[in-house]
Order: sequence, then structure tokens, then C-alpha cells
Amino acid sequence: MAKEFELNEVEVWDGNYAASQALRQAQVDVVAAYPITPSTPIVEGYGAYKANGYVDGEVVMVESEHAAMSGCVGAAAAGGRVATATSSQGFALMVEVLYQASGMRLPIVLTVANRALAAPLNVRGDHSDMYLGRDSGWVQLDAFNAQEAYDMTLCAFKIGEHLDVRLPVMVHQDGFTTSHKAQNVYPLQDKVAYDFIGDYVPVDDMLDFSRAVTHGAQTEEDWHFEHKARQHKALMESRTVIDDVFAKLKELTGREYKRVETYMMEDAEVAIVALGSSVETAILAAQELREEGLNAGVVAPRCFRPFPFDLVRDALDVPTLKAVACLDKSAPGGAMGALFNEVSAAAYSTKSRPMMTNFIYGLGGRDFSVEEAKRIFKEQKAHADAGHITTDIQQFSGVRGPKLGFFQTRRG
Amino acid sequence: MSTGVLGENKRGLRELGAEDKLGWDEVTQGVVLTSFEGDSSNIAHTVVEDREYSDFNTYTATVASWRVLKPVYNRDICIDCQNCWVWCPDTSIISRDKQMLGIDYDHCKGCGVCVEVCPTNPKSLLMFGESKEIDEALSEWPEKKKKEK
Repeated sequence: MAKEFELNEVEVWDGNYAASQALRQAQVDVVAAYPITPSTPIVEGYGAYKANGYVDGEVVMVESEHAAMSGCVGAAAAGGRVATATSSQGFALMVEVLYQASGMRLPIVLTVANRALAAPLNVRGDHSDMYLGRDSGWVQLDAFNAQEAYDMTLCAFKIGEHLDVRLPVMVHQDGFTTSHKAQNVYPLQDKVAYDFIGDYVPVDDMLDFSRAVTHGAQTEEDWHFEHKARQHKALMESRTVIDDVFAKLKELTGREYKRVETYMMEDAEVAIVALGSSVETAILAAQELREEGLNAGVVAPRCFRPFPFDLVRDALDVPTLKAVACLDKSAPGGAMGALFNEVSAAAYSTKSRPMMTNFIYGLGGRDFSVEEAKRIFKEQKAHADAGHITTDIQQFSGVRGPKLGFFQTRRG
Repeated sequence: MSTGVLGENKRGLRELGAEDKLGWDEVTQGVVLTSFEGDSSNIAHTVVEDREYSDFNTYTATVASWRVLKPVYNRDICIDCQNCWVWCPDTSIISRDKQMLGIDYDHCKGCGVCVEVCPTNPKSLLMFGESKEIDEALSEWPEKKKKEK
């Protein structure tokens, strides 16, 4: 029987430590892991809990991230509560198995400290790995700070394991910016946290010998489409379960989360849409600008997948809103940023149809400052005053060298 | 309903892929397929002909049409060494109490591994064209080869 961990009402934890404490409190049956910077301390911490008697489950050290996620798939199919952690190149190596996990409807929890993808090799935080997972069929929750990394990890088990969902869940936090920055975190006591998540309820588990099942069947053109359609429906409908789990966490902690977070949007004229730790930077910038008389607001999808199309549309359906900048912290590889594309699609079905621009920023851990966020807000204000987009639609923010941008508004 | 280990039972009832096509709202969650009807707790100790295979089980489907050559088995020469049973990649050698009984032609794909591993002289298993009658094949069986000196 696992020992109880003594916790203060307020702890000083970084995002990694917060995530590993949440994994411990979930009493995971199997953690199969291959540690990688910057998420290493999640597994390292969990291993220490195991060694010191705070965990009853197994910790399996494997030979690669592909093997780590494969081990998770096997343990989850066997019927256990399963989790692991990764970043960047490790995430990339896991990708094949991520699709297996979601297609097999196995509610694995993957904690990700977001990091850039090579080449060039880089250990710092950007959203390349998070974006790499966006078509993998997982629920993707985004934590903007250490407290949220803790809260979202607890929620991830409860969401993914819900019998109406039964899908794997990723919890993202920004590498280093969040994963290594110590902040005040208000944890739940062990029993309270465990009771919030609840006992694991196995479904189609292979260790139930009274009902032998085949996992991982092959389907060709006559069956594949129906299975993927059913899987997509489950992911889309997880939205109501996510809302319900967030509501239950609020009852327990007073901390309120929404699938789309909005800040000062009620009367906003200009807005930034962003993910991760940059959200807090943008909020600071908006607050300062409001003192200068510019009505700035921020929209932040907490739930990256399933993409909250309806809630993003609602957030942008503000009569005063004129111009919106979507910030993508991932090299878009020959396209507009993914967040820009998805948010623009949602904005297109609003009445106000604000002007939409895209910024590629922060790649490889390049700092994103309050000053830069203010500059971007002011540029949106210039669009609003001119009545058209006065810059390139896609620009690079914070890169050295001549101004880099693509595409202009076609004006009659 | 059992007709013995060599009988039809539910083996090879249908062509693989000939199931009723279900809509997305009817397929199983996560493509999980049940292998047997009812309680399978004791399945490892239940002989094949007494198992209640489910319609999802490949045992109830046949892949005989994939085959071009088929192995033919000659009881008169076989020494029941079980080599073919061990090596067959499709569990298509039917053996009971260490006695070779025949070939499961519903699941054999004609790979020829059983012939390759057969140690007798002449071999107790040989490949023939799919359309060759068994009696005709047996009548063409080669004589024992003499050792080369």
C-alpha cells in the first residue's frame, strides 16, 4: 500500500514537479518511460516516489519513446491506468504509437513539456511537438503555468477514462518556461485528489480471461472508415465531459477552467489568440494597454483538441472586435500557422468577422516579451483604424534580419 | 454440435471479409473483437471442436482461396514427429494426442514450410497443385531415395 505524501496547503513546485505529483496521486498502474529534456523530471520524480514507497504501480524503463508508448498501449489494453511523459524528438518518435493508442481507445495520459523539433537541435520550448500531435486523435489540454499543469493532469485521467470518452489525453506545458519555473501551487491532499479522479474502470481488458478479446485488429477499405468516424465522434463529444470535469474541479478547488479562456474580451477592439505561457504575457500587455486607452483582450484555447470551434467563435463574436492576431509558436512548414487557420475558420462564421493576422514567434525558446505583445496589439489597432490589414497577413515576430512576411489583403 | 476435430464445426464457415457491413454507430469501440461466445475462462483447456468461436474469430473464416499449391499428407509414411505442427505458421496442422490427423485446408495458405521441415524419406507431406485430387496425389508419391555414397 502506497504511503501518503505529506503536502502543505501551498507548495513551491515547477511544472514538471506538479505533473509528477499529479501522476503519483492518480496511483498509475504502469508508467513506461524514456526520459527526455525538458520533461525528464516528471519521470525522475515519479521514479523517486516509486523507490520511496509512494507508488504501488510499476515503472518500466524502456529503450526508446516508441517503446515507451508501446508499453503504455500494452499495459492499457491489459486493463491498467497508464501514463508517461515526453518532449520534442521523443514525442516525434512516439507519433506512430500515439495513433494506435487513440484508435484502440486506450485512455493513456501523456504529460508533455513542449520543446522545439530539430534540426537544428534545440532543447528549448516551442509548440512544434504539441502541433505534431494535433491530428493524432488525442485530447490535448494546455496548461499555462505550474498550477494548471497539476490541475490539468488530474483532469486528464478523469476525462480520458470516462466511459463516454475512452481516449488518450495529453497535458501540455511550455518547456522550461513552465516546466522549470517554480511557482506557488495549491495541491489537493492525496485522498482528495484520488477520489476526484476515481478508481480505474477497465474496458475490454485483456486480463479479463472470461472474455477473451482481440486488440489491434486490421481493417481495410471495407471497415476502416467506420471505425475512424466513430473515433472522431467520441473525440468531438468529449467536449461535454471536459466541461463537466472542469466544473467538478471548480467545486473542489474554486479554480475555474474553460475549454477556451477569455480575458477582457467583452468590449475588446483588438485581440491576441495564443497558447501556453505566452497567454499570461499577452494578458499583462493587454492590461497595460487598457490603462493607455486601448481595449485589448486575449483568447486562449485551453483545449487544443478537440478544437473548440464553437467556443472560439463565441469568444470572437464581439461587436466591438476589429482585428485579431493569432500567435503560432511552431514553424508552419510552408503554410499559415495552424492556430491562425483554425481560429480564422471559426471567426469566419461570426457576425463581426474581425481582420485576422498571423504571427510566427518564439521558435526554439526565443523570448516573447510584454513589449512585443503590446506592439502586436498596437498593430492590430492600426488595422482597425485603417479598416484593412496594413501589414503582411503572416509575419515573423522576434526574428533577427529584414522584416519577414507573406500575403497581403486584396483590396478593390 | 461438435463433429470432431477433423469435422467442419464452425471452421471456415465464410470467406474472410464477407461479414454484414455495419455503420459507424454499430462497429465496436477501439476495433476490439471478442474471440469466443460466452465465458472463455477455461478456453486453454477446451479442445478446438468444443470452443464457441465468435463470428469475429478468424477460425470461422476461410482463406483457402489465397492458396495456389496445397500440402498433401501421407499417413503411411508419417512418423508423428510433430515437426510440421510446430513449424506451421497458421496452426493448420491438425494433431491430437501427438498423432498427426491432417491439414486444415480452410486456413492453410500453401507456404510449404511443413514439407520443408518433414524429416521422413520420402516426405510425408508434399506440395501439389490446388486442383489435384488427394487420391491422385497419393498415387503419385515418390519412392524412398537411396543414400548417395
